[in-house]
Amino acid sequence: MTTPAWYKIGLVTDIPKRGARCLNTPLGRVAVFRTADDRVFAMEDRCPHKGGPLSQGIVHDRSVTCPLHNAVISLESGEMKGPDEGTVKTFAIRIDAQSQTIEISFDAVAAEPFVEAAE
Amino acid sequence: MQKLVVIGAGMASGRVLEHLFETDAQAYEVTLFNAEPRGNYNRIMLSPVLSGEKSYAEIVTHDDDWYAEHKVTCRFGEKVLSVDRTRKVVVGEKGEVPYDKLIIATGSTPFIVPVEGRDLPGVIAYRDLDDTNTMIEASGKPGTQAVVIGGGLLGLEAAAGLRLRGMEVTVVHLSGHLMERQLDEAAGYLLRKDLERRGINVVTRGSTQRIVGTDKVEGVELADGTVLPASLVVMAVGIRPSVQIAKEAGLDVGRAITVDAQMQTSDPDIYAVGECVEFEGTLFGLVAPLYEQAKVLAKALLGEADTFVVKELSTKLKVTGCDLFSAGDFAEAEGREEIVLRDPTQGVYRRLVIENDRLVGAVMYGDTGDANWFFDLMKNKTPVAEMRETLIFGQSYQGGAPLDPMAAVAALPDDAEICGCNGVCKGKITSTINEKGLTSLDDVRAHTKASSSCGTCTGLVEQLMALTLGGAFNPNAVKPMCGCTDLGHGDVRRLIRAKELKSIPEVMQELEWKTSCGCAKCRPALNYYLISDWPGEYQDDKQSRFINERVHANIQKDGTYSVVPRMWGGMTSAKELRAIADVVEKFDIPSVKCTGGARIDMLGVKKEDLPAVWADLNAAGMVSGAAYGKALRTVKSCVGSDWCRFGTQDSTGLGMRIEKFMWGSWTPGKVKMAVSGCPRNCAEATCKDVGVICTEAGYEIHFAGAAGLDIKGTEILTQVKTEDEAFEMIVALVQLYREQGHYLERIYKWLKRVGMDSIKEAIVENAEKRRHYFERFAESQDIYRRDPWAERATGGVASHEFKPMADITFKEAAE
Ligand code: SRM
Ligand SMILES: Cc1cc2nc3c(=O)[nH]c(=O)nc-3n(C[C@H](O)[C@H](O)[C@H](O)COP(=O)(O)OP(=O)(O)OC[C@H]3O[C@@H](n4cnc5c(N)ncnc54)[C@H](O)[C@@H]3O)c2cc1C
Ligand code: SF4
Ligand code: FES
Repeated sequence: MTTPAWYKIGLVTDIPKRGARCLNTPLGRVAVFRTADDRVFAMEDRCPHKGGPLSQGIVHDRSVTCPLHNAVISLESGEMKGPDEGTVKTFAIRIDAQSQTIEISFDAVAAEPFVEAAE
Repeated sequence: MQKLVVIGAGMASGRVLEHLFETDAQAYEVTLFNAEPRGNYNRIMLSPVLSGEKSYAEIVTHDDDWYAEHKVTCRFGEKVLSVDRTRKVVVGEKGEVPYDKLIIATGSTPFIVPVEGRDLPGVIAYRDLDDTNTMIEASGKPGTQAVVIGGGLLGLEAAAGLRLRGMEVTVVHLSGHLMERQLDEAAGYLLRKDLERRGINVVTRGSTQRIVGTDKVEGVELADGTVLPASLVVMAVGIRPSVQIAKEAGLDVGRAITVDAQMQTSDPDIYAVGECVEFEGTLFGLVAPLYEQAKVLAKALLGEADTFVVKELSTKLKVTGCDLFSAGDFAEAEGREEIVLRDPTQGVYRRLVIENDRLVGAVMYGDTGDANWFFDLMKNKTPVAEMRETLIFGQSYQGGAPLDPMAAVAALPDDAEICGCNGVCKGKITSTINEKGLTSLDDVRAHTKASSSCGTCTGLVEQLMALTLGGAFNPNAVKPMCGCTDLGHGDVRRLIRAKELKSIPEVMQELEWKTSCGCAKCRPALNYYLISDWPGEYQDDKQSRFINERVHANIQKDGTYSVVPRMWGGMTSAKELRAIADVVEKFDIPSVKCTGGARIDMLGVKKEDLPAVWADLNAAGMVSGAAYGKALRTVKSCVGSDWCRFGTQDSTGLGMRIEKFMWGSWTPGKVKMAVSGCPRNCAEATCKDVGVICTEAGYEIHFAGAAGLDIKGTEILTQVKTEDEAFEMIVALVQLYREQGHYLERIYKWLKRVGMDSIKEAIVENAEKRRHYFERFAESQDIYRRDPWAERATGGVASHEFKPMADITFKEAAE
């Protein structure tokens, strides 16, 4: 197995609390969210409903509400909440505890969307 | 995998596919043809789309994602030309597809009365979205007239929709009374009166002779020589099953495609379903039996046995406010007796037809409360001799049961059908509520489909919810703001003031929020309440605002934004127009549009460009029009005494004065205003949140109009003599609303909740209070009125919003 590649994208404080920023990546636009308790999550910037840009939504708990028609999506699993079905692709994130630098990987285990500070 | 080809993506085939994939998603590889250039949608809801109560998007039942998920090959907009049974291929306009099993679900075609002029442009049927859109478009021109030929279900729904859209509508019906197949004369008469009250003209015993017009329709000529002028003619006189393909393929076809109880045609590999089939001599024209057929057919495809049986059908009309119900056979005949109840003051009529001690028919108008109970007696063939005396009064009079509407629902057996469209019975609803712990109507719709098609059973479903959930469900109880709290908006507003709560975390802590940081419903509301109650002390929380209010532009469906600068009172200048033109060219903005609020909208601006666009507009003196905010929107004005020969006061001046003073204020819901210079009311002031009609004697102040989701004329607050008085009165009124309104509650809803007396008391009758509210508004303006564009264009506010965090498109990995 090849080791996953990690890319530095900035500092935790670059993202407003309960807010999001976008990244341009080889896979298209990715939204990076920061929750009230400073966890960081990344997922494709596309709502499963009609492609709404999730980075523009309202962040609450570990979820984001899509700005177009209010679908609620779990930041942890990428799944739509409630009776709707649909999943957004999530990406692994790790944060360096010292410098608070965020790194993203597109090939790290997707089941682990949040990896505590590396080492 | 076996190949399944389906001809027609209609209501019946959509259900077949749903059942099929639910049971075994792997059994078939499906190709779906549809002559219409779109997939499955809820055809019966075209009427609410026509009337404007729903949008097309809301009635789509299966979207692209659904087809993709189930690997359905969609050939929409492609008609099937023929079926070759020897080679087992379907021939479409764009090529052939082989099948192992084939479903014909071609529905039916509207019948067009074979009269002269029927091919003229403007003569249409009512069957699909295109017809609906044609009608919507035709109704867009003011003062236009429509004739609907046919006074059955479809025709009347078309007529009601067109009327709601402002057309003058005449219904021409051949028989002596409306909906004669479903209603008797008395009910037909009540229906007619109801429709006439809505301004629909009804001609019964009207026979269409020809349609007049040269290159487009101009009118309808009746047999008695009357000519009804019309720019739109809708034919809704009946349908014919679409059987041509089946016939040409040599299948058995009677009046429609003959099928057995498993929906199989005379060829064992070909099935048919929906309005194009005939079963034991019966044809179908309502969705309930089609859904039953769909279930049976899906099973047959998977080799499971089930049998389709023809059941009693009932009819309801989907015209808001016309309550009618009919079921069974109600013709007079030997050996039949009838029971009739009339209450002319209430417009209520009920008639039951009894034969051999069984209820065989029922017609009800005005009060259809017991419809389901009667329908059940009929379907179950219950003997009625015992309750003969009180039968007509309905269920609550039977067996000493108390007079409680709830008891009626409670007494229904578990297999009683509640939702006719989707064939959902009481037991299914109650058990799903219990199993899934459902608490809201929307939940029940999502999980059971009950009340999700035509919606006439919503009341019953609510009663069932009340019954199942007991105290936990009360549609009239104070509605909690959202799932994060049990408190309603009123309590939250009151407690914020009483406990002097001055931040969102404080509110959540003190009022025992159930979630850690709220949700997208409560946070924007709390943010507004705190801004309104503690001007100066509270810091706006941008992360609790919807994207539009966060970036001060309207998000569009493709993620770009629109920009609307203010044009005070609707006035503009060469300088402003030039700046707009320059910005449009410089930033390559794809659309420029005059809005319904009398100003200019630039649509499709890239988010990164917003600050630069604003900087240029600011440079020409323009500020944000707040077209995105729960805030003061537009103040429309007319030219008034400046130019107009009828103008009584300076309406333009007053409009500009109000807008310049009030812009930048946040409000519970949006606030739109208008000032008209005379009662001709060219600024449409009488449907606004606040409006002014100028007269020779002064200013008439109106408020609480609505012209969006609801339409409502304004109420008059008062009349004053001078412009200064009018100005103070309006500002004070809006401030009172700012302090009392619930988030997202428009002024007309606020008035309805608090009542006119309390508003007049505070604003009109008490000069001191009025002054107080005026000053509170002014104080808040000092603090909050900033041009949000300027702050972002140059001041660096929220700059993170407009730049990506990083661009790693071509970047090397960190390690
Ligand atoms: C641009 C405009 C349509 C146009 O092309 O002319 C428009 C566009 C939108 N309207 Fe409107 N409305 C526009 C005039 C109106 C009017 C007419 C008027 O203002 O005189 C009405 C009916 C009057 C009224 O409000 O009662 C109107 C009733 C609505 C409603 C229904 C509100 C209601 O409470 O009934 C909504 C939905 C809502 O607010 O929840 C809405 C929502 C919207 C939104 C904001 C939908 C959204 O949330 O994204 C649309 C934004 C499109 C955009 O990005 O620009 N729009 N909208 C008009 C902008 C006027 C302006 O200069 O600011
Ligand atoms: C405005 C309106 C309101 C209604 N309201 C009600 C109501 O309140 N309650 C109720 O029970 N019923 C109502 N109905 C009736 C109901 O919609 C029909 O019974 C139902 O849609 C029939 O379903 P179907 O699948 O048989 O046919 P359809 O839904 O008509 O679907 C057939 C599809 O097959 C396509 N097709 C036909 N021929 C070909 C071909 N050769 N190749 C490819 N595709 C083809 C057609 O384009 C069509 O999309 C209403 C109907 C209308 C038009
Ligand atoms: S602009 Fe208004 S009416 Fe038009 S689609 Fe948008 S919300 Fe609907
Ligand atoms: S696009 Fe996200 S909810 Fe519609």
